[in-house]
Amino acid sequence: MQNQEKDQKHNTATEQNEKVPFYKSSQFWKSTGIFWALVILVIIMAISQPAFLTKPNLINILKQASITGILAIGLTLVLLTGGIDLSVGSVLAVACMAAAFLTSDVQGFPVIVGFIAGIGVGAIFGLVNGFGIAYIGFAPFIMTMATLSAARGIALVSTNNRPIFNLSRTFIDVSNSIYFGLPSLVYYFLIVAVLAYILTKKTVFGKWIYAVGGNQIAAKYSGINVEKVKLIIYMIMGSLSGLTGVLMASRITSGNPTVGEGYELDAIAACVIGGVSMSGGAGSVIGTVIGVLILGVISNGFDILGISSNYQRIMKGLVILLAVFIDIRSRSRKNS
Amino acid sequence: MKNILQMQDICKSFSGVEVLHSVNLDLYEGEVLALVGENGAGKSTLMKILMGIEQPNAGKIFLGEEEVKLDNPAKALDLGIAMIHQELAPIPEMTVEENLFIGRELSHFGFVDSRKQAQLTKEWLGNLNLRIPPTTKMQDLSISQTQMVEITKAISYNSKILIMDEPTSAITEAEVRHLFEIINLLKKNGISIIYISHKLQELPFIADRVQVMRDGHIISVAIMAEKSERQIVRDMVGREISNIYPKCDNNITEPILEVKHLNKKGEFEDVTFTLHAGEKLGIAGLMGAGRTELVSTIFCVNRPDSGEVWVDGEKVNFRKPSDAIKKKIALVPEDRKLMGLNLAMNVQENATMCIDKNIAKFYFLNNPKGSLLAKEMVKKLSIKAHSTKQEVGNLSGGNQQKVVLAKWLLTEPDILLFDEPTRGIDVGAKAEIFELINNLVMNGKAALIISSEMQELVGIADRVIVMCEGKITGEVKGEEITQENIMALASPKNKNGSIN
Ligand SMILES: Nc1ncnc2c1ncn2[C@@H]1O[C@H](COP(=O)(O)OP(=O)(O)OP(=O)(O)O)[C@@H](O)[C@H]1O
Ligand SMILES: [Mg+2]
Repeated sequence: MQNQEKDQKHNTATEQNEKVPFYKSSQFWKSTGIFWALVILVIIMAISQPAFLTKPNLINILKQASITGILAIGLTLVLLTGGIDLSVGSVLAVACMAAAFLTSDVQGFPVIVGFIAGIGVGAIFGLVNGFGIAYIGFAPFIMTMATLSAARGIALVSTNNRPIFNLSRTFIDVSNSIYFGLPSLVYYFLIVAVLAYILTKKTVFGKWIYAVGGNQIAAKYSGINVEKVKLIIYMIMGSLSGLTGVLMASRITSGNPTVGEGYELDAIAACVIGGVSMSGGAGSVIGTVIGVLILGVISNGFDILGISSNYQRIMKGLVILLAVFIDIRSRSRKNS
Repeated sequence: MKNILQMQDICKSFSGVEVLHSVNLDLYEGEVLALVGENGAGKSTLMKILMGIEQPNAGKIFLGEEEVKLDNPAKALDLGIAMIHQELAPIPEMTVEENLFIGRELSHFGFVDSRKQAQLTKEWLGNLNLRIPPTTKMQDLSISQTQMVEITKAISYNSKILIMDEPTSAITEAEVRHLFEIINLLKKNGISIIYISHKLQELPFIADRVQVMRDGHIISVAIMAEKSERQIVRDMVGREISNIYPKCDNNITEPILEVKHLNKKGEFEDVTFTLHAGEKLGIAGLMGAGRTELVSTIFCVNRPDSGEVWVDGEKVNFRKPSDAIKKKIALVPEDRKLMGLNLAMNVQENATMCIDKNIAKFYFLNNPKGSLLAKEMVKKLSIKAHSTKQEVGNLSGGNQQKVVLAKWLLTEPDILLFDEPTRGIDVGAKAEIFELINNLVMNGKAALIISSEMQELVGIADRVIVMCEGKITGEVKGEEITQENIMALASPKNKNGSIN
């Protein structure tokens, strides 16, 4: 009992404690672990494959990763709220058809109309998903699986399975130009990533996303309009699917109703590798971007090695498990 | 008496911060050892180490003569140690029976033997006088029922050592009395119990010895009978606390919240009352009296079936909680884990949750301001956290409760609805919270306080309305506020005297 005086000063939050340099804190290693994984991967590739570390190849990786990347960023938002969206690939296809239809020589609308239509179509699907999930109460998996099926059907029915060709030159340039040495697709990806980063980390709405995913009931008690947050998130996701649809149409210079099949799985894989929790409330846009790059580097490496795409799928499955395993490990270690 | 457990020089750190400093603990056969201390003193952590949930950084544990390494809960259970956790961990989708048998399902060739399980469940619940059907889902139980199920579960392991981490923080007085009978019975059967509680007045009824912790140190160990409550409190907080219920010169003025004929089917009926500015109005009642439902309906988490709510002499029509917040109403909810906090977020993020929108700079989070406000609150409520950036999931239970309070105080409400505001909070902090409520009402705010601890209402309320089975059964005021008067109004009359 002699140390009563001393114990008077509680260890309430002190200035001192907050000034631990960030790079020394466990938080730093936890949040950057996946980045080091990417670095190591790149080093291994660079040493074993001389063709890997060349400028054209690196640019190629970025370009390939961009489409999945935009979808993965949208999905990050959805996963953060504790939801999921399986319909992204199909919605993308509808948007692709809409954009191609309007900018083909038959209609001849300007590029901007193609964008508006594609993103608009996507947003409408997002609205439907969001409404069904937030206001009617369908489980996100069910609701978006239904949309996955229906949207694909709409894309196929719209032209009776036929692709649309003869898109305007300016529209084709959208995804196939190069600015300052980088393909235009990369810029779209970067812009989306930066905006999403700002949205999640800097805005009030971003905090609500985490709040809803972390504890929906507490969020509701705090006066957050949980339903509205979800609705908006699915609409953002839909719009991004629409955007990718437009970019896809331009890239493949046609409207193809079968485009984007299975893209949802690649996008989800990228999120998961990047440390986004499937149960909501944890993860970050930066993590997802790194996840996208890891997937991109791996499949590029396999391409250089000439491994067939079937084997690549097997490897991809293993990589996902490995990434999540490392994530789980680093999380549990930080507590001890 | 035989020494059956010795914990020696236990040290434990979390991310570089030591929270237990060479702690010792002895337990004898057939005794109840009360373990008390402020929020964050390290009681739960010490018990988690004993249960094999956390690993100590240093120290030894002996069971009888033998040194043991407890590296997981299954091992502890095997060695005859069971624990009622402070943070309840039921699986909401499962039934009561399934929860009781998690991890030790009775089976026949791999098939669950539901008949046997159902029978045992009935028996165990019966032993504790609980009338809950075994097939009820956990999510449909009230907090107090959930806690009773957890207690049932821990007892049913038939262990030699039983750890109870705040078992009475959420149950009603009748249940507490029953629990005490059971504790005394277990004691007679040679079972040793470590009993953690912030309700010091309980201890003389059950405890043989009392051990006080503060900031990760053992401050004193003594025979219960030789230690007064006052001395215990002094050891706990390190200073003299003269009065838990501080004096208050509040000035009750005009009505600020009027509830008129509010109805919600199956929850409460025809509730009418008025709360005045500068008033501390208590709501007393037993479990299931409908108090939590009433305040969450006023706050519009649920919509009422009929009836009116008036704020400041004006009828309001809330459609969602944010409408209530706009009218300067705050609800400090009953279950902090479920309704109060986002456990993955840090102290600051939780504290500023409701005001982010108001302090935002054009939709962007205002971090510097948030950090400032959070720090202010941490200081004002003496929240023990390594920093405002600590995840609230890692805070001790009582400190989590304070974060919930901080979050609502930051909204600067005029009307505060407190649903069990001092649950799991230590005496020192309790006094601080009452002081805080006093300051609020002295500044013309109004407080509606639900509490299952009648003593508390007796100590602080200006007026108490009592609910029973969804109806207001009466009101007591001033000198009339006594435990006896409240109890008389709170117990159902018709059912030949049985309480429950
Ligand atoms: N997983 C963890 N990570 C970091 N700090 C932790 C963790 N668990 C507990 N702590 C810290 O250890 C200290 C002791 O906490 P503990 O839960 O043992 O307190 P307690 O005595 O049970 O308090 P209460 O009466 O409020 O339940 C607190 O300061 C808490 O913040
Ligand atoms: Mg505790």
